[in-house]
Amino acid sequence: MIEGAVWRKWVFYNIPLILFVFILLFPFYWMIITTFRPDGELYRPWNAVNYQPFWTNNPTLDHILYLFEETSFGRWMVNTMFIAAVSTVISLFCGVLAGYALARLNFPYAGGLGTAIFVTYLVPQILLFIPLAEIIRNYRLGDTPWALILTYPTFLIPFCTWLMMGYFKAIPKELEECARIDGASRFKAMIYIILPVAVPGIMSAGIFAFTLSWNEFLYALVFLSSPEQKTVPVGVTSELIRGDVFFWGPLMAGALLGSIPVAIVYSFFVEHYVSGLTGSVKG
Amino acid sequence: MAVTAVSGVVNRPIPRLRRLEDERWLALSLLTPTAILLGLFIAYPFFEGVMLSMTSTRVGIDGQFVGLKNFHKIWNDSIFRTSVWNTFWYTGVTTVFKLALGLWLAMLLNRHFRGKALVRAFILLPFIIPTVLSTFAWKWMFDPTFSVINWTLFQLGIITQRINWLGDPDLAMTSIIIVNIWRGVPFFAISLLAGLQTISPELQEAAAIDGARPWQRFWHVTWPLLLPVTMVVVLFSVIQTFADFQLVYILTGGGPANATHLFATYAYQIGIGTGLLSEGAAISLAMFPFLFLIVVVQLLYIRRVETR
Repeated sequence: MIEGAVWRKWVFYNIPLILFVFILLFPFYWMIITTFRPDGELYRPWNAVNYQPFWTNNPTLDHILYLFEETSFGRWMVNTMFIAAVSTVISLFCGVLAGYALARLNFPYAGGLGTAIFVTYLVPQILLFIPLAEIIRNYRLGDTPWALILTYPTFLIPFCTWLMMGYFKAIPKELEECARIDGASRFKAMIYIILPVAVPGIMSAGIFAFTLSWNEFLYALVFLSSPEQKTVPVGVTSELIRGDVFFWGPLMAGALLGSIPVAIVYSFFVEHYVSGLTGSVKG
Repeated sequence: MAVTAVSGVVNRPIPRLRRLEDERWLALSLLTPTAILLGLFIAYPFFEGVMLSMTSTRVGIDGQFVGLKNFHKIWNDSIFRTSVWNTFWYTGVTTVFKLALGLWLAMLLNRHFRGKALVRAFILLPFIIPTVLSTFAWKWMFDPTFSVINWTLFQLGIITQRINWLGDPDLAMTSIIIVNIWRGVPFFAISLLAGLQTISPELQEAAAIDGARPWQRFWHVTWPLLLPVTMVVVLFSVIQTFADFQLVYILTGGGPANATHLFATYAYQIGIGTGLLSEGAAISLAMFPFLFLIVVVQLLYIRRVETR
């Protein structure tokens, strides 16, 4: 496609791309290098002569040890994992069933219901967090994982439903009709014929939902209060900043370790994730 | 559907299952779990929020009905007005940059080169990694005393003294905008790349044969075909950005001197920080008309594309 000199390819394609990648990834490099940098080097002003930003000669595990010995970081990881996993399962269950109904069944108000679910997909947490906090308190769910497990599906279900609708619509009707001619009930045809075909879609929705709930901050910040109940993002924010003092070493270590589960899940399922992302946009 | 009629003949002993043969009953039972959860935790809190915003409730004190007094109060609140302006500015500027840079990055990725899959996987990281955690990395990079950005700019000879990225009221918003763009560009790039890949290269070639220059090919061939995807991506991003909370909460907490509040952070500060629940709910709800407008635009647009 590109005619002409090699330098052109470098100037117009390779160099901009390298710059993009560098800028997009640099903060993560910074996170990693800070995690292993001893405090003496960490708190050296940027205009000091011996400021050595991009490398450290004295790597240390102190910050990671601090995290596990002085804070409940291990607990936060377990909490986040548990909450993300359970709310993902609930949302997938609801979203797959609702997506199937909306995409493949004829019933009154199907279009209106589909639109309603799409609209709730766009309701941001910030619109509802204050009344929801009151409701959570009235149900006596405050400061328990269930406060989040039950509220996260509000933004995960619409997403899963929307994504699954797209998948179910793409599966040919004949597949189901064959099964029904062979004597399967509607319900059985759905469970044994359509769901297995939709597994890639379910995977995408699940991975996406998992990363979204790992990422959630506002509800976790408002609904949880005791340190051992917190999720990683909230725990790191509230326990590693005391007043004006930031514990930057442990903070970056926490950010790094807290990102790893998401990064692992993502790295195994990049293709599913990308198709989930683009599928959610295509609608 | 003819099949439905036939299936009634098939012997099915359990009446409950036979009822599921009726599409309406099946649909109803499949939608029930979703309806319960969304009703309980979206519709009901929304209703409660509207009621709450018209009372004088504080933490621990059940208020009385005061009508629209809270809305009147925030309307005359100068910090609220600043945060409304900030929210629009923040949303507008970041969206323009995210779209432009995202499109550029998508075009860079829309060709064959070695390691493309790897680059694409890495590029999405800012979007995957929990926002709060990556924002802390930025906050640390913006630290006035230990900033690596200041060091780099100084070494390059661009600045001579430190830049107080988050402490300077005039600069803080720009810093927040930079982080938001950083986080959002991958989403735009990957979504637009998916859109670009659906455009047949033959169209480009045909236009090239007709003598169209690269810029003309982009403007008259690629852009119109990419527009549906672009619209949806932009509207999604606008809603997310408009209701953004995490970035500002972590980077500045709305400061310095309340200069960087958005709807979300101000609602949090008033509702949870100060404990004026009803006023916080009113600030959250004040966002609703704008969100509603965006959603209506999006729905109308999707419908138009679908019927075309």
